[in-house]
Amino acid sequence: MIDKASWIAVYPEIVLLVMACVIAMTDLFVKNPRRTSTYVLTLLSLGVVALLNGLYAQGGQTIYAFGNMVVSDSMGNWLKCFATIAVMVTLVYGRPYAADRDMLRGGELFTLAMFSLLGMSVMISGNNFLVIYLGLELLTLSSYALVALRRDNANATEAAMKYFVLGAMASGFLLYGLSMMYGATGSLDVNAVFKAIASGQIKHQVLVFGLVFVVAGLAFKLGVVPFHMWIPDVYHGAPTAVTLLVAGAPKLAAFAIVIRLLVEGFLPLAFDWQQMLAVLAIASLLLGNLAAIAQTNLKRMLAYSTISQMGFVLLGLMAGVVNGNTLSAANAYSSAMFYMVTYVLTTLASFGVILLLAREGFESEEIADFAGLNQRSPLYAGVMAVCMFSLAGIPPMVGFYAKLSVLQALISSGQGVHIALAVFAVMMSLIGAFYYLRVVKVMYFDEPITATTVSAPMDVRAVLSVNGALVLLLGVVPGGLMSLCANAIVQMLKT
Amino acid sequence: MSLLSLAIWTPILFGVVLLALGRDEQAGAVRWLALVGAVVSFLVTLPLYGGFKLDTAAMQFVEKGVWIERFNVNYHLGVDGISLWFVLLTAFINVVVVIAGWEVITRRVNQYMGAFLILSGLMIGVFCALDGMLFYVFFEATLIPMYLIIGIWGGPNKIYAAFKFFLYTLLGSLLMLVALIFLYTKSGGSFDLATWHKLPLSGTAQSLLFFSFFAAFAVKVPMWPVHTWLPDVHVEAPTGGSAVLAAIMLKLGAYGFLRFSMPIAPDASREWAWLIIALSLIAVIYVGLVAMVQRDMKKLVAYSSVAHMGFVTLGFFIFSDIGVSGGIVQMIAHGFVSAAMFLSIGVLYDRVHSREIASYGGVVNTMPKFTAFALLFAMANCGLPGTAGFVGEWMVILGAVKFNFWIGFGAATALIFGAAYTLWMFKRVYLGPVANDHVRALKDINAREFLTLGLLAVPVLYMGIYPKPFTDVMNVSVAELLKHVALSKLN
Repeated sequence: MIDKASWIAVYPEIVLLVMACVIAMTDLFVKNPRRTSTYVLTLLSLGVVALLNGLYAQGGQTIYAFGNMVVSDSMGNWLKCFATIAVMVTLVYGRPYAADRDMLRGGELFTLAMFSLLGMSVMISGNNFLVIYLGLELLTLSSYALVALRRDNANATEAAMKYFVLGAMASGFLLYGLSMMYGATGSLDVNAVFKAIASGQIKHQVLVFGLVFVVAGLAFKLGVVPFHMWIPDVYHGAPTAVTLLVAGAPKLAAFAIVIRLLVEGFLPLAFDWQQMLAVLAIASLLLGNLAAIAQTNLKRMLAYSTISQMGFVLLGLMAGVVNGNTLSAANAYSSAMFYMVTYVLTTLASFGVILLLAREGFESEEIADFAGLNQRSPLYAGVMAVCMFSLAGIPPMVGFYAKLSVLQALISSGQGVHIALAVFAVMMSLIGAFYYLRVVKVMYFDEPITATTVSAPMDVRAVLSVNGALVLLLGVVPGGLMSLCANAIVQMLKT
Repeated sequence: MSLLSLAIWTPILFGVVLLALGRDEQAGAVRWLALVGAVVSFLVTLPLYGGFKLDTAAMQFVEKGVWIERFNVNYHLGVDGISLWFVLLTAFINVVVVIAGWEVITRRVNQYMGAFLILSGLMIGVFCALDGMLFYVFFEATLIPMYLIIGIWGGPNKIYAAFKFFLYTLLGSLLMLVALIFLYTKSGGSFDLATWHKLPLSGTAQSLLFFSFFAAFAVKVPMWPVHTWLPDVHVEAPTGGSAVLAAIMLKLGAYGFLRFSMPIAPDASREWAWLIIALSLIAVIYVGLVAMVQRDMKKLVAYSSVAHMGFVTLGFFIFSDIGVSGGIVQMIAHGFVSAAMFLSIGVLYDRVHSREIASYGGVVNTMPKFTAFALLFAMANCGLPGTAGFVGEWMVILGAVKFNFWIGFGAATALIFGAAYTLWMFKRVYLGPVANDHVRALKDINAREFLTLGLLAVPVLYMGIYPKPFTDVMNVSVAELLKHVALSKLN
């Protein structure tokens, strides 16, 4: 007998599932080539889901439902809320692009996006290895299909194939690691696993063996070196609207499963996984930043930049436990969460500008395509510049505070190694500043190749302006979002 | 809203409005709005001087509010005798720069004016911030408008210059960021400057902090040998950009030494003073010689800026009342004089489009009014008594001689070099017979240019003749600072 509270905990997911099916059905009767009614209906449903998640998060309750299969807590609900909004924003930016490229012949873009969001929600809420895996597969399977949505485009199909092969391997890694953990601890329940490991009864070697595979699987999903190979190709090859679907919201879900598995499940093994994360972080910062310099394609550059940014997130995650002491855990994990949320916000706006400049038959993804954008449209050039400065970590953009909080988490652990890592990270972000600045240079200092003005539909213009303004405004007043992340993580750690 | 907030946010607000609403079609309205913004921003800083109490070293006009609760960062502002003049100087130079760019800038006028207004607000923020993180945010944010100013309106090699400027200064500041977070941790979770000033620190920690700050501030000042970005940037930057860079931005670094390095790491400051003194002397003497052989007027003034800033750091690190005050006076004087020098070069450049000294000769014949101004500023630049340049240099040399005769002697030779390169340039550009047709075709300065240069000539003379208002303000604060630095903070 399933109790009522369990149903309440998964209301947002139920709404999402039902509406995804309803929209898939209604879309059959839509004749409009731009799918306006499907689009509006999708945004409305997602709006309701975001609102529900936001209300749950505001309430701040932690509910374990369906016999500990899923959990609805403040951290998860905020992440789900942000992920839903991110998908909504992506659809707003992506619709004109998709319509121009014959991707709206059916409503798959919308339904698949909703199913991938459902996958993310399940990942974020999962409190059981299998549930988390289920969500992950739902997300990735929808993403494979989305990447291949332009089925007559060679780049896109190649990207989809690569994504599928590497993604399947990553899932295999994760599943293998989880089954090792299950074998060692005898449970799939995250909390039970935690207790089993904490008891110290289980052989350390077996656990670490499983842990390596879990971390490798997670690293694939986050896209950190040396498991990053799919990122540049998928970012580059996928239609830009889908790139954003892959690059934006799923990062939040990936962060959530990192927290659920590594922190809530394997915290007693922190000493081991922190070392692994440190290696991954150093490699990502180094390779991501250096490789990004060489790129002439903006999407590829942003792909490598993502790799380095994820390196920063890992730095935040690895500062949680110092000498077996978890006092600084809340500080460290909440800075990582803040980093992730602001990173997604900035990514949305920067891809929004790329999507906006892409017109029928013209992709606008080379950095050179942005030449003189400031003269064609000061507003969009401004949004892009704000995003680039934010990614480079220059105050007063929000990206600076993300870097600040991660560095602070590292340094306040008080260990020499961590301080050295912080210095290494800031030096890498100096290299990073170079290629972000290059985009600004192209937009502001170079002469435009075409004099055409940039026009955009009302909805895109409004959302993009708000998005760009948020990157700046959250930098001027970052306190609210920081406290939100801190409270969410504190609550997560308590239970 | 209180005075300091007004001083910071008025220009920023005007700048944002200009960016949002301005179009090149209404360039005239944009210029007037920018001027109104700059003048209003300057006027709101005047009550600061009027209401400033001379007899206390405590921070005045203090504002404090929570900014980022999680990291205990406060919106904490205040000025003392050290920072007061820089607030006024920044707002004043901003007015001059807006007038100077009036008809010179024709492309994207609103962005040009907006960038300068925002930049001025941010720099005032640096001088007023009493919270480490607030300081850092303002300090770094100034890079963005300056980067755009150099890159959009600069000369032929502007892109190289813009990147060099940005990355060079960012390198230094990032190390400072690590130092700030380290202090935050050490002090048990506070970014408050006053707390940091009292915080006991071990010798190693102090040395590490000292060098992290040194990385940020020495690049900004700039001190030899990390000064190489300055000549490149000055040459390519538009006239207004050069003026603000030399007049205010370099001072951010020197100010940082007074606000961070010396009081937070006093023991390390005393321990490493020899290094700073040595680097300053090299800047004063060697860079002075380098200036002499320049063919490009802007480069010459840029090197002369490095030499003059060498005086400033020299004055700070001999730890005497007269030295530190002299350094600060020199900073203010250099703010007026260097801005004036760059604007004078701008006047010539707008007409002939050359910065080469060799392209000129005998300008006095065609531009007598302008030459009179140029002579005054040249005299101030070589530190002639009766001009602003003299007071600070004289105080620093006096302090240096008291500290060690040979250091004072070395510093004093700079007066000779300074006179040599400035006057030699003056002779080649302005005096003698008319050199070529370009010079023959020159028209004397118009009313707007007269106003720009006149606005700067007044303080240059006033400060030289009657420096008391400047030194009075800083006396108590400097004495307090030195008392603090003299005490060991080792634990």
